[in-house]
Amino acid sequence: MKPSHLTALVLLAVIVIIGVGSHLIGIRLYDRIATNLMISLVLVVGLQTFMGNSGLLSFAHIGFMGLGAYTSAVLTIPSQMKGMALPDLYPFLTAVEVSPLLAMVAGGLVAAAVAAAIAYPLMRLSDAAAVITSFALLVVLYTVMNNWSALTNGPRTLFGLPRTTDLPTAASVAVLAVIAALVFKESRTGKLLRASREDEVAAAALGANIPALRWRAFILAAFLAGVGGSLWGHFITSFSPKAFYLKETFLIVTMLVVGGANTVTGAVVGTVLITVAYEGLRGTESMLNATSFGAGQVIGLTEIVLALAMIAVMILKPGGIFPSREIGDILARLRARKETRS
Amino acid sequence: MAFTIQFVIDVLSLGGAYALMALGLVIIYGILRLVNFAYGELIMVAGYTLYLTGGSGLPWIVMAVLALAMAVVFGIFTDYAAFRPVRAKSVTAVLITSFAFSNLLQNAALLFISPRPRYVPLPEIFSQTVVIAGAITPVRNLLTIAASIVLLAAVAFLMRKTTLGIAMRAAASNFTMARMLGVPANLIISLAFALSGFLAGVVGILWIGRIGTVVPGIGLEPLLVAFIATVIGGMRSLPGAVIGGFLLAFIDTTLNYTLSQDLLKFRDAFTFGLVILILLWRPDGLIKGPASGQRT
Repeated sequence: MKPSHLTALVLLAVIVIIGVGSHLIGIRLYDRIATNLMISLVLVVGLQTFMGNSGLLSFAHIGFMGLGAYTSAVLTIPSQMKGMALPDLYPFLTAVEVSPLLAMVAGGLVAAAVAAAIAYPLMRLSDAAAVITSFALLVVLYTVMNNWSALTNGPRTLFGLPRTTDLPTAASVAVLAVIAALVFKESRTGKLLRASREDEVAAAALGANIPALRWRAFILAAFLAGVGGSLWGHFITSFSPKAFYLKETFLIVTMLVVGGANTVTGAVVGTVLITVAYEGLRGTESMLNATSFGAGQVIGLTEIVLALAMIAVMILKPGGIFPSREIGDILARLRARKETRS
Repeated sequence: MAFTIQFVIDVLSLGGAYALMALGLVIIYGILRLVNFAYGELIMVAGYTLYLTGGSGLPWIVMAVLALAMAVVFGIFTDYAAFRPVRAKSVTAVLITSFAFSNLLQNAALLFISPRPRYVPLPEIFSQTVVIAGAITPVRNLLTIAASIVLLAAVAFLMRKTTLGIAMRAAASNFTMARMLGVPANLIISLAFALSGFLAGVVGILWIGRIGTVVPGIGLEPLLVAFIATVIGGMRSLPGAVIGGFLLAFIDTTLNYTLSQDLLKFRDAFTFGLVILILLWRPDGLIKGPASGQRT
């Protein structure tokens, strides 16, 4: 079996085991956490397709998730509820009501289209300037979502999305996202992009059109983010623009970076690890809040611990847990070594 | 006439503050090629120091000096916590540690102080206004202009005429060469962080002087402003940062005066659109810095 197929097999097995496992245990809370994990997986794997292959850190990812979520909301909120949920909606959109599945694709496409339209000049930048502009892009997307009341109900909570995302749906989308990321990584664009990550000058000298390559990866990442956002919207059913800002960005970047940004395996492992850690810490935090009478709320503890963990990982293992090789390659190498020995 | 004067004062005071913010960021970037995401939190630290010393009955100027000192201390602390351990590794690693460190400080403020805005003691002079040729101007704007002129001149002098400044500029243009010629790397970097912290402290006091309160997320807007100003001006050039700051202030103020109320909410989006246009024209920013050398 080719190592890349082995990688796909192992990663998909992980997703299926988590999905089926939490279903078999049958505790609703675990079901919720597992669904959340699948949605995060779509987002983190999406971020990996850009960040892992191009080597540029992108902060705008969560903004595209927001675009997907709001697109899906506008398309799926039942028309009789739209009067309440989105009072200022443009008339031609009030009658629209499509199936959530279709809306999910639309969410991804809208995010991808916006990314395609604005990101090209940004892709010419490298290193710090690229990171900074992606950060500014996040702020801009947030500003727009926060103020375009006609489509997003402004900073207020938008409610009324049909609850259609369950564990099987989320897991299937996660499976598709992982496959897409693996295929992209091995595609011509992905390979050239990774070459440019290792040495920009050498790749350009070989004829790689780096801005165009990065642009394609960015669009794919935005598409996956939009899909993930729509998935999340139909899971949580009510949200406000605050949900698509720095806190979530921090969480997603932590997941990817702890696992290892350069590999899809890293994205999956990081998502699982950080989700478990996050839920554990959240539980501790709310337990502390419930027991300490009047001593004030404990807020921010989870983030402090995660930030410390992130700094520790960066110091000890700057590439993350899986810095360069996918799990399939590692297994194939182990096997090859065993064969040569015997 | 009154309008012109008001416009000019607005641009200069906002631009002065923006230029100082950008300068604090570029000083670090110039030497290390690394962006300090925790820069905004230095402003937060200055603000909370003012808040925490507020009840002590000290004269305001002492509190301000304490706030500056704390910003400097935290600037150096940023170097030790987030930069030094990973400096030699990948650029992304450092970006992430400084981002994590920024989150750490913010959430520490959430946890140990409060998520709600806290009032900061300010002297009378920050709320007074004067009339200049028919234009009503808050005194704090004039203070900002004065402070930025003094500090920009001081930084220019420091960079051009003193041994420290020359060592810093040498480190910025070719770090390895500077080390070989006997520039102590760690000391220079720590001092750059101290200077950056000092500028952040001054900006913090002026910035909080406009708002009057401090919240854990207060550093975000100044950070963003500094980011955009440095990208416009050219990431590696100190004059570029200053020009970028004033240009950004000019764009912002013009939009403030010309956009209708409905569109004003989207001001950040418009500003950023203009930045994209500038970058299309000049991807390296308006002013190119010294030729790039190896970092660390």
